[in-house]
Amino acid sequence: MNVVILGCGRSGATIALQLSAQGHQVTLIEKSPEALRRLGKSYPCRIVIGNGLDDDILQKAGVQSADAFMAVTRGDNTNLMAAQIVQRKYGVDRIVVKVADPMRAEAYRRLGLTCINASALIAGMCIDWLMGEPYKPIDQYNVLAPEFQFEVN
Amino acid sequence: MYLILVGGGNVGTNLAKRLIASGHEVLILEKNPAQNQRLANLLGDEFVMHGDGCELHTQKTAGFNRADVVVAVTGEDEDNLVVCQLAKSIWQVERVLARVNDPGHEEIFRQIGIDETVSATGIIHSLIEQQIGGDELVPVGALHRGHVEVVESVLSSRSPVVGRAVRDIQLPVGTFFVYYMRDGNGATVDGDTVFRAGDMVLALVPINQAGALRDVLAAPS
Repeated sequence: MNVVILGCGRSGATIALQLSAQGHQVTLIEKSPEALRRLGKSYPCRIVIGNGLDDDILQKAGVQSADAFMAVTRGDNTNLMAAQIVQRKYGVDRIVVKVADPMRAEAYRRLGLTCINASALIAGMCIDWLMGEPYKPIDQYNVLAPEFQFEVN
Repeated sequence: MYLILVGGGNVGTNLAKRLIASGHEVLILEKNPAQNQRLANLLGDEFVMHGDGCELHTQKTAGFNRADVVVAVTGEDEDNLVVCQLAKSIWQVERVLARVNDPGHEEIFRQIGIDETVSATGIIHSLIEQQIGGDELVPVGALHRGHVEVVESVLSSRSPVVGRAVRDIQLPVGTFFVYYMRDGNGATVDGDTVFRAGDMVLALVPINQAGALRDVLAAPS
């Protein structure tokens, strides 16, 4: 598979290393060259240095022919905007977005994006493990304060 | 009219000042505590709230659900996009306006339904174009999801419409002149208006007639 990953933080680097090891073609977009140290000594994937919200950087990374896009920087809004550019402008339909704010994750989930909230995912899986429940699809783990119910138009 | 501004930098601050002066109910959200304090001292506590305008609980506290207009004017396009998208989809705010810092991002704002965007780069670019060329159509805004454009043009002395009454000018279908500026004064256009060289003319034109309007205004080359 041809996968473009935005952000070489701990999540992005780990995904890139594992997918590359499985033989997939991975391109990593990262703003800061220093972050690439997380990949180890020899990079197993293509690297594009730049801002993932810029069209020329996205095109250089090959989103137009990607099978999947993962937005996993530490900026929720950067991830959400990049994901929507790649979805609407380049027609990629397998997109996953890391969102640290659980309510923002829920709002965009209702708008149709596959959003992953790390704390909700870990909490939910720990509880499922404890209770002996089967694990759910990743985007179904979310924690929403009950007082915060809202409707999406 | 309740207006919420997100982002208390230079743009947000000056906008808030003017809106407060014209008597609107205004709240400006700023996430940096020091900047927030400066704003409170400048504008008054009741107009300022500390918080991240991209967060739903901040939006709830600020009263997004009863806002008539939400304006996102931070320096980050991704923040402005999220503010406006949540305002529209979660809080059903009727009118949202986003500052777009990178003109390349205007397209994605439009695609997700944020029709009203302002790009300083775009405006300054138009102004420069306007200074350079005569009879050029400079787009200054879009209506009806971009199907109708608001355009302006500074008439050169060679423009075929100079010296003619507006009622005698054959305009493309759906096009009309709305306003013109002469010697620093603005006036509405009617059939008796006679354009002179140097007039800045504002017109509404369906996007597919822009070329035809250019032919009407431009000096023959």
